[in-house]
Amino acid sequence: MSSRRSRITEEEINELISKLQSVLPEARRRGASRASASKLLKETCNYIKSLHREVDDLSDRLSDLMASMDTNSPQAEIVRSLLQS
Amino acid sequence: MNRKHRTKNPNNNKLMLAFHFLRALARINKSTSTVSSYQRSCIIKRAAYASMAHAAGPRRAWSRALLYRLRRGSSRLHALPAIRRTRSFSHKRVKVASPKLREPNQADVLRRLVPGGEAMELSSLLKETAHYIQCLSAQVWLMQNVVGSITS
Repeated sequence: MSSRRSRITEEEINELISKLQSVLPEARRRGASRASASKLLKETCNYIKSLHREVDDLSDRLSDLMASMDTNSPQAEIVRSLLQS
Repeated sequence: MNRKHRTKNPNNNKLMLAFHFLRALARINKSTSTVSSYQRSCIIKRAAYASMAHAAGPRRAWSRALLYRLRRGSSRLHALPAIRRTRSFSHKRVKVASPKLREPNQADVLRRLVPGGEAMELSSLLKETAHYIQCLSAQVWLMQNVVGSITS
């Protein structure tokens, strides 16, 4: 990775890394000082994996709920509640 | 070129996401009464990623890659996890000088997680990752709300 850095400035990388840091969950931000790049990448990877797992889990739940749901669909209610938030 | 769209109203994006996903759910609800719960779950999951990609539009490399994979009907939406290389495969037992062979390079791991990441160089990868995470969290939030609405 160090050989590739000569093409992109160190500054740019730092800027992108701090941007990445800002989208990670709140707990990460308490150490406002520069976390090591590799640690941040690892954290990012773990976060993405956990989000993927959540999508899987929520898909399962939605599937089960659909099976037991009325055909009198409450979709209108859902849209309403979403638009209120 | 599309700079002015970059900080567009995030609620707009959430609304687009909701529109795509709910429409897909309504369709799934009507058409999957005879499939197994597991199959429906797979269909819903694909619909979730499709909504994400459609709402993000073709401006992002990750959304383009995702749309491409979905259109191809590929069974895997994410790349396979990286193979862990623990030792060299040479005939002689060569001592491994670099410790990097022991653990996978984190940037490569990230490349497999973000759609389209394998072809990207580092700075693009980081930008795409940040946006991908935002959209993924929005999708999760949406799904949690839908589940919450149905179960309450």
